[in-house]
Amino acid sequence: MAKETKKEPLIRLTKRDGMPAYKKLLIRCISLLMACVICGFVIYAITGLNPVEVYSTMVSGAFGTRTRIWSTVKEMMMLACIAIGLAPAFKMRFWNIGAEGQVLVGGIVTAGCMIYLRALPPIVLFSLMFVVSAAAGALWGLLPAVFKAKYNTNETLFTLMMNYVAIQLTSFFVAKWENPFGSNTVGVINQNSQEGWFPPVMGSRVFMSADIVLILAVLMFVYLKYTKHGYEISVVGESENTARYAGISVGWVTIRTMLLSGAICGLAGFMAVAGASHTISTSTAGGRGFTAIIVAWLAKFDSGAMLLISLLLAFLQSGAGEIASKCKLNSYASEMITGIILFFILGSEFFINFKLMFRKHGKEEA
Amino acid sequence: MSEAVISLRNVSKSFGSVHANENVSMDIYKGEILSLLGENGSGKTTLMNMLSGIYYPDHGEIKVNGKVVNIRDPKDAFDCGIGMVHQHFKLVDVFSAAENVVIGIKREHGLDLRGVSNDIRKICDKYGFVMDPAKKVYDMSVSEKQTLEIIKVIYRGADILILDEPTAVLTPQETEKLFDVIRNMKKDGKTVIIITHKLHEVLSISDRVAILRKGEYVDSIETRDATEERLTEMMVGEKVELNIERPEIKEKKIRLRVSHLSCYNSDGLKVLEDVSFDAYGGEILGVAGVSGNGQKELLESVAGLQNSMPGASIKYYSPDDDKEYELIGLTPRKIRQLGVHLSFVPEDRLGMGLVGSMGMSDNMMLKDYNEGRSIFTDKKKPRELAEQILNDLNVVTPGLSTPVRRLSGGNVQKVLVGREISASPAVLMTAYAVRGLDINTSYTIYRLLNEQKKAGVAVIYVGEDLDVLMELCDRILVLCSGRVNGILDGRSAKKEEIGRLMTLVSAGKEKR
Repeated sequence: MAKETKKEPLIRLTKRDGMPAYKKLLIRCISLLMACVICGFVIYAITGLNPVEVYSTMVSGAFGTRTRIWSTVKEMMMLACIAIGLAPAFKMRFWNIGAEGQVLVGGIVTAGCMIYLRALPPIVLFSLMFVVSAAAGALWGLLPAVFKAKYNTNETLFTLMMNYVAIQLTSFFVAKWENPFGSNTVGVINQNSQEGWFPPVMGSRVFMSADIVLILAVLMFVYLKYTKHGYEISVVGESENTARYAGISVGWVTIRTMLLSGAICGLAGFMAVAGASHTISTSTAGGRGFTAIIVAWLAKFDSGAMLLISLLLAFLQSGAGEIASKCKLNSYASEMITGIILFFILGSEFFINFKLMFRKHGKEEA
Repeated sequence: MSEAVISLRNVSKSFGSVHANENVSMDIYKGEILSLLGENGSGKTTLMNMLSGIYYPDHGEIKVNGKVVNIRDPKDAFDCGIGMVHQHFKLVDVFSAAENVVIGIKREHGLDLRGVSNDIRKICDKYGFVMDPAKKVYDMSVSEKQTLEIIKVIYRGADILILDEPTAVLTPQETEKLFDVIRNMKKDGKTVIIITHKLHEVLSISDRVAILRKGEYVDSIETRDATEERLTEMMVGEKVELNIERPEIKEKKIRLRVSHLSCYNSDGLKVLEDVSFDAYGGEILGVAGVSGNGQKELLESVAGLQNSMPGASIKYYSPDDDKEYELIGLTPRKIRQLGVHLSFVPEDRLGMGLVGSMGMSDNMMLKDYNEGRSIFTDKKKPRELAEQILNDLNVVTPGLSTPVRRLSGGNVQKVLVGREISASPAVLMTAYAVRGLDINTSYTIYRLLNEQKKAGVAVIYVGEDLDVLMELCDRILVLCSGRVNGILDGRSAKKEEIGRLMTLVSAGKEKR
């Protein structure tokens, strides 16, 4: 057999549990630091630029001026808002990949209100936009949920398909509301009168969306953690049989949770249109509906973590734009940096859960 | 005594802070049938997994046929002639038996399935198996799947077979057949290590018994010198009373009357046919039958989890107001809201009775979290209840918020039974309450059920071990193919009689 010549494996994994919180934080910080170092090498190897300069360009691009700070915060809040909306659905193991469409329909009805109902008093217009955008998103979430509850259809495909319906719907309204004629864009709605725009607070219109998102974040945290609904969501997500055994109506919880999930995503559309771009296009959601899935999962549905991760992603994005123009790199370079950093963050989870053991030297233990 | 085929020296393995095995040193001799005995969590499976290449020891050495080996993966294990049949089968459902056997084997030439099939038949003839090489795994019964796992291991040339709780899923008859096969393997010079909890099986099949306790090797004894009491004492570390009580309760009141209950499963097959019986407070009603003959559906119907055919009736007689309630057609929540005190310990503990990712505390409120008007859950009461159960039943867990999935099987069951009993039921239904549990925990469960019986609860005990059913239950209902084949008195019933009723169906149908 001659198997005795085989050596002990070089590296082995052992599971570990109960790592103290500070150590977890430390590992995460170290991994972030390592990511930056590796990125530095990559940047230097590819472009020959001084990595420190590139980083400082990124920071100034994201936080350099007041406007830039607000723009980064705006991006962060959009991502966070969608992630907060997705959190209950994913916690229930309902694979809602239709946030993109839910955001878009929320945006469409908001734009519609701004165009047709501009004569209403601002307070009424705002409340109306808030309600209808949430309702539109909720409807987009409701359809797949009802079919899932009644006929056990696959929600992944269903929500994905709903995205395309929403995109086509957006194209239709863009053509309808085209302004100026022939431009094939809606243009800035109510540019002069600014009806339906979020009022600027502390010098920025983002302030209000930020407030809404922060409130949503707190509410979602409490909802998932301390309410009976949140408990039901956890049970259904873990096992439908257990839920039935406990007397939970799985269908109703599915529908209710997706109404909520869709509504919050619809609100993200409201903020994107009324609070930021003041226009609507097929790229209003801009892939954030998918990026937010990463945010929600990375954060393990914890509101605080979702905000932090959104900030990191928004920072990377704003910073990346800046280095693209300042350092004459194209945007792919910055996406590489984003990729490397995400890779290390995910990797740090591995080291939190496992310990590496190396082969011992010599034969002293035999 | 013949030479040792496997020698373990100071083998240790820990998972995080849990020491699954500590300095285990033992020998396994050629051509013997060795039983590995120990309570839940005593490290039997971990130890065997290190032999079969699933885990790698933290310390210590393993010698096979006198040579030190490093078993890094299952392939290395096969190279050493060690093959293991795991408790949870590792088969590809959509493949045939022959395909499953050759899967993962490197071959020089193309795949010769006919040759493989012939080899499989040869193995079957040699050891007394029955297996059609072309049969797909999804068409197989549990015992066939197990047979296939064993064939797979032998086909790969294993001389040392490790069987992890092979009888847990088998009927008594299937177990006998398996034991015949094991004896044939021994005759052929193979070494067999068998992990089991059932002491009478240990005594009937093995040559030698090795005992583990809390991850450490205690000792081994020749089976001919062993008795159930002796083995239990070695396993637990102290003397354990191995008698199941059966107190006689004078006053019995009807609590549940099931009549003409018929059910279809999701595939449209009839799983219950015209089932009628009564359950009384102050008695334990046993339900015997080969598993999969309607036991699950019967209990789930009462619990409101199954749709039944029209004409059925499930009446509950409340001890509070002596009124009767019809439970047919009600959801579990409706049943609770009526004030029906019904507790149910389902067969699938983590997939139905508990939420695996939640801690003990959060699991306590699974059934009554919805009480009260507040939109918030009450976390305090469940925590107190969890603490109480932790202390009363000696649940071993790192903490109340540790996911119950991470607890050992016995502790999971203690949490579940503890919660169901704490709801002060009038009817308590349990499905395979001691399956996979060690002696000590099993007897704790019997004791708890008897306490409930003395408190006037109608206990329904679905079980598979006939000896236990006959010792514990006042009456035994025998199910076969969804029909009640008889209700016997537990004190006078004969094992043969129950066994006959358990398999009566085919004969009965043919006559008609």
